[in-house]
Amino acid sequence: MATAGETRSGERDTFPKLLIWNAVNRRDRPAMREKDLGIWQTWTWGEVADLVRDYALGLQKLGLEAGEKVAVIGANRPRLYWTFAAVQSLGAVPVPVYKDSVADEMAYVLEHAEVAFVVAEDQEQVDKVLSVAGRLPALRHMIYDDERGMRDYEHGRLHAFVEVSRSGREARDRDPVLEAGWRARIELGRGFDLAVMLYTSGTTGKPKGVMLSFDNVLISARNGIDFDRLGESEEVVAYLPIAWVGDHIFSYAQSLIAGFCVSCPESAETVEDDRREIGPTYVFAPPRVYESLLTRTQVRMQDAGRVKQRMVEHFLKVADRVGEAILDRRPVGLMDRLTYGLGEILVYGPLKNRYGFSRTRVAYTAGEAIGPEIFRYFRALGINLKQLYGQTEASVYVTMQPDAEIHAETVGVPAPEVEIKISDSGEVLYKSPGVFVGYYKNDAATAETKTPDGWVRSGDAGFVDATGHLKIIDRAKDVGKLADGTLFAPKYIENKLKFFADIKEAVAFGDKRDFVTVFVNIDLGSVGAWAERNDVTYASYQELAGHPRVIERIRAAVDRVNRDLAAEPMMAGAQIRRFLVLHKELDADDGELTRTQKVRRSFIADRYAPLVEALYDGSTEKHVVTEIAFEDGRKGSITGDVKIEDMTVHPTAQREAAE
Amino acid sequence: MSGLTPIEHGKQLLAVENISLSFGGVKALTDVSFDIKAGEVRAIIGPNGAGKTSMLNVINGFYHPQIGRVVHRGEARTGRRPHEAARRGIGRTFQNVALFKGLSTLDNIMAGRTLKMTRGFFWQCLRFGPALAEEIDHRAKVEEIIDFLEIQHIRKTPVGKLPYGLKKRVELGRALAQEPELLLLDEPMAGMNLEEKEDMSRFILDIRETYGTTIALIEHDMGVVMDLSDRVVVLEYGRKIADGTPDEVQNDQTVIDAYLGRSH
Repeated sequence: MATAGETRSGERDTFPKLLIWNAVNRRDRPAMREKDLGIWQTWTWGEVADLVRDYALGLQKLGLEAGEKVAVIGANRPRLYWTFAAVQSLGAVPVPVYKDSVADEMAYVLEHAEVAFVVAEDQEQVDKVLSVAGRLPALRHMIYDDERGMRDYEHGRLHAFVEVSRSGREARDRDPVLEAGWRARIELGRGFDLAVMLYTSGTTGKPKGVMLSFDNVLISARNGIDFDRLGESEEVVAYLPIAWVGDHIFSYAQSLIAGFCVSCPESAETVEDDRREIGPTYVFAPPRVYESLLTRTQVRMQDAGRVKQRMVEHFLKVADRVGEAILDRRPVGLMDRLTYGLGEILVYGPLKNRYGFSRTRVAYTAGEAIGPEIFRYFRALGINLKQLYGQTEASVYVTMQPDAEIHAETVGVPAPEVEIKISDSGEVLYKSPGVFVGYYKNDAATAETKTPDGWVRSGDAGFVDATGHLKIIDRAKDVGKLADGTLFAPKYIENKLKFFADIKEAVAFGDKRDFVTVFVNIDLGSVGAWAERNDVTYASYQELAGHPRVIERIRAAVDRVNRDLAAEPMMAGAQIRRFLVLHKELDADDGELTRTQKVRRSFIADRYAPLVEALYDGSTEKHVVTEIAFEDGRKGSITGDVKIEDMTVHPTAQREAAE
Repeated sequence: MSGLTPIEHGKQLLAVENISLSFGGVKALTDVSFDIKAGEVRAIIGPNGAGKTSMLNVINGFYHPQIGRVVHRGEARTGRRPHEAARRGIGRTFQNVALFKGLSTLDNIMAGRTLKMTRGFFWQCLRFGPALAEEIDHRAKVEEIIDFLEIQHIRKTPVGKLPYGLKKRVELGRALAQEPELLLLDEPMAGMNLEEKEDMSRFILDIRETYGTTIALIEHDMGVVMDLSDRVVVLEYGRKIADGTPDEVQNDQTVIDAYLGRSH
């Protein structure tokens, strides 16, 4: 940790200093791109520095003081990224806010952070802030980027970005000393100063403002750059929310440090086309992005001609066999290499081009567990897709996967300068230069999360496997124990089941019980398509879910999961002993899922108490009546018999290793 | 704008005077008169078959009334053809989307610029020199419209593949491409869901604010009409039965009897 008075990130220890340095040393290299009116516009580092200077002087004229907070609300627009730099150059602190938060949530953050200025992307965001302005006594000025629809607003405290910049430029023309003053202010900045405040979305309770210093962000970002040897020629497309710590590191911090160019898409809907045009070399996306790319490919392939289908099928098989080995530079036979080369020309290359991954050197996925098949598919095509595990409180990096040490189930080894340990309760703790300063105005939460000697509780349960890679199994508070003391991680088991296309949802039970049992929800799309191909007729979801051949398919999936679990010493005791296929789809309207489609385990356990009981009392069938709510609010009920299946448990032996 | 001297907002831009139109024995319009002031949103409402679309067709010269005249920019026009109306700053969209299905969004909107192209066929074929410079200018204008209507993501998609709501937006884009002074919208929100309607309302208001365009629209959704328009004219069986602000029209007993109070 940095001791007071000195800074760990060296001479250029703040982002404004880096910007000035880039403006001198990378003057004509591209810094930022945005597609506007169908054409990519580019700004060089020299131009960006000038723009930021004029804008900052304009903000200064409006009275922005060091230490004040400035909310930044909107999509990935160059001017919003420049706002970060301009605000920081005056010693003030940017607070990026999720643009899709509703006015009330936004009001909480703006109020809690006591923002003095708001910089908003467009009319929509301005309206939202204006609607809650009454709750924000500290708010003095609002600045907007897009001028559309703003003409008739009362402009007393409301300013267009271009106006602010113009007033800064005019002030500088009149008084050249201003610029020297601005530069001197930048020199005053120190690495231990507060750089940014990011509010964590907080699945429970109110969002918390994570305070990160320049040292936190800079050192973490720099370590990430070194880890993957990123340079100034990287291409990045910024499309993830600017309020998310990942985007702040990838699209802002690392761009300034490594000097690479960040491209802003034309709109949220054009991201895929824009990505294809830019061809990013450094990619970041949550699992759902990869998932949808793969799904769409599969769907389109079904409409392709016979020959094409055969060809793709053949080469994807080859890729599945040798692709990862070639990517990891492991020995591969000459014949396979040649076939893979041919596949690259005919299939993999065109596919990668389609995805915009043709030039991708490093691609990351994080945020959630990614399905092993999806993960392997992209790697087999020759895309260096890796996982990392990070948190806002760590300035992203906790663990990451080094090249050629990639496993679908683990999230890698500790990132440079990061230490991790597992607490007695199984929770992952970490310590790093990126560890946050504290939660803003919430010492109680800070003390709860961060120990006095600098360890941070991640809130996630996990363990380090034999190869030294971290494996995250569940949220720490959800992890329980079976009656005999075996570790029981419900989400871990549920996720394994959900990776099967036939299974839409799974709910695992076992805390303080003798063994693990699950409810399974079939995926109507996937199972329905299978039924059509195999002449299985059904009249309703319920009938399909109860069909013996469907249950047989689910049984095979559960068995596969049990085999996987058996191979893991920590998890072998938590194999699934009994399961049932639910007679109705879990639905948010019935309160069984949250609005973000996460299962509400305890609610389901209450609602289906007789079924849970049946799972544990040895019965093989249970008659149930379930009340359901229709979309128009009417109530109805579903009645039926649900079969309960027994599973055989696999021995814990290292059977997999013997293969 | 269209090379025409702008008319001060609030002054009369167009008036229809004593229009009667019939097809054989069917009387589509009978003695209808009203005016449209520059800068306003003027709605034409009425039950099915009231003659609303016929009225729009009269305004842009597609139909020629047997009796009455259309006064546009102070000049009485009889026998004017639609393309002349277009040249004089009147643009329109259609009730049943009339786009070039096989062309992309971009090309469809570009087609709206046709009247603005000044270079002859010869230059156009060469796509060189002045013709190229002109095309670049037009493309810039078209891109501005694409940005305005937020349809960047379908710029290169053939419009035949687009969902209905987007087609409507492309059609609006094509009408805007001719930079009309008066925009006639025939049921711009028919068949749309609530969200699409809200978007479309926003666009209509933005068009007026940004380009100063006068708008005359036919619409069935009463909520939309009452929110959007400055003045409303009500037709029934080809006759005008009311004309005034949304409030006046809503409280007019004839209108309530004829239209709002019935079948809805």
